[in-house]
Amino acid sequence: MTEEIIIAGFGGQGVLSMGKIIAYSGIMQNQEVSWFPAYGPEMRGGTANVTVILSDERISSPTLTAYDTAIILNQQSMDKFESTVKPGGILIYDPNGISKHPTRTDINIYTIEGARIAAEMGNTKIFNMVVLGGYLEVKPLVKLDNVIKGLKKSLHERYHKLIPLNEDAINMGMRNVKKTA
Amino acid sequence: MMKQSKTNKMGELRLMKGNEAFAEAAIRAGVDGYFGYPITPQSEVIEYLMAEKPHERTGMVVLQAESEVASINMLYGGGGSGKKVMTSSSSPGISLMQEGLSYMAGGEVPCVVANVVRGGPGLGDIQPAQSDYFQSVKGGGHGDYRLPVLAPSSVQEMSDFVPIAYELAFRYRTPVLIISDGLIGQMMEKVELFDQMPRLTDEEINELYPWATNGKPKGKKRRVITSLDLDPYKLEKHNFKLQSKYKTIEAEEVRCEIIECEDADYIIIAYGSSARISQKAIQLAREEGLKVGLLRPITLWPFPKKPINELVEKGVKGILSVEMSAGQMVEDVKLAVRERTKVEHFGRYGGVIHSPEEVLEALKNQIIGD
Repeated sequence: MTEEIIIAGFGGQGVLSMGKIIAYSGIMQNQEVSWFPAYGPEMRGGTANVTVILSDERISSPTLTAYDTAIILNQQSMDKFESTVKPGGILIYDPNGISKHPTRTDINIYTIEGARIAAEMGNTKIFNMVVLGGYLEVKPLVKLDNVIKGLKKSLHERYHKLIPLNEDAINMGMRNVKKTA
Repeated sequence: MMKQSKTNKMGELRLMKGNEAFAEAAIRAGVDGYFGYPITPQSEVIEYLMAEKPHERTGMVVLQAESEVASINMLYGGGGSGKKVMTSSSSPGISLMQEGLSYMAGGEVPCVVANVVRGGPGLGDIQPAQSDYFQSVKGGGHGDYRLPVLAPSSVQEMSDFVPIAYELAFRYRTPVLIISDGLIGQMMEKVELFDQMPRLTDEEINELYPWATNGKPKGKKRRVITSLDLDPYKLEKHNFKLQSKYKTIEAEEVRCEIIECEDADYIIIAYGSSARISQKAIQLAREEGLKVGLLRPITLWPFPKKPINELVEKGVKGILSVEMSAGQMVEDVKLAVRERTKVEHFGRYGGVIHSPEEVLEALKNQIIGD
């Protein structure tokens, strides 16, 4: 099994940390993983994306041009990455802020209203966890308990009290992801 | 071909950036002092070391120097006294260190220097590149000298190569370069860390390194480390000694990895991140029925001429040298091949990373033909 993922959006949306949690979850289930970020010099704003690969074998190239799954969080990233999903692959996006929706018919397209759900839960920072939940529902390659273990590994201990909130966000995402095409 | 280092591993797994794994490996390898100056894309090295407070773990000193020139000269002092010293930087910073490296090669001072290469020339950009090959393997500074150069292609190797680099540095009394790039430095992978190795005591240093200038022992001759000798005949003699050392390194220390070359009609030669990208290109080629293998130099100097020669003698039909540069390593490939088979270069550069598909296209267009 090899899963090649691109996660793309604005800097500050938690794109890189979502990728990191998926990568850590992969390690928790004894897989090979790679996480390769691409972003500008700015701390916030600008675009950020990360390529995450999970595999049962040694990973060759950590950078790719075609992906099994694309998780898209802004319009610029939609413009750039819709065409890079492999035929039969998956595109998950948050429709909030998207004006040109994806049009491909040879891939499976899902929406997850991450921004809205996170706002309703009273913490916009868990937006990326809601989206992650959507991904885990659509493609359950990593088990939820390994994600929680991954969260524990990737978060500093002083943030461990936030893990239940993150778990709730993941569950909300799992329940609210919708197939559109 | 790949020699095993003497480290032990207890299976401690972490998800780390290449730069972080390198920094953690420095602490675990028993390094005495790190002296550096921040520059993207390697700033995580000094950031990690500062946050980790290795002084509390092993007594290791970490210092942000006032410049790269100061850093490299701190290495001259520390290495000259038999300590394990280290710095890291990225291309423009490494250029500033060349004078110091030449002095250390001349004075035979061991140290480890890591270059996380970025696009150039000049200040260039902060994206991955491999355009410092010439500087690394052909000298860089002035004078007749060579530096052993190790090229990790994974986060695991960013850790594993640190103790190997120190073995080489002290066995041959020479600076050793570890050359990666923004891709290997910034990406995260699973890494199995090796167990903590002890730092040497002053007594152990005195016993192991009789050249170390750490104070004149009573009744013994003064020890001198210098790269200056105004008598040309003496300096020529010193150069003979250096050259014979370099011959030994060329004979003993070549490392490379050979992947799927047994049945290969065509070979890609690539190191570091280009080797990873080329490995994917080889998978794609084999899916199309093309028999392509990969030779990955691990030491860029000494260059793996002999394994390349063996592949040429087996009758490979063509070699593509892939590097994120305008074509530097390809010159060494051509020297090894001596026009017995077709050799071409392919690479994006200036911070652009070639894709596996581009590598495969280049192989088809430049080497295989119609």
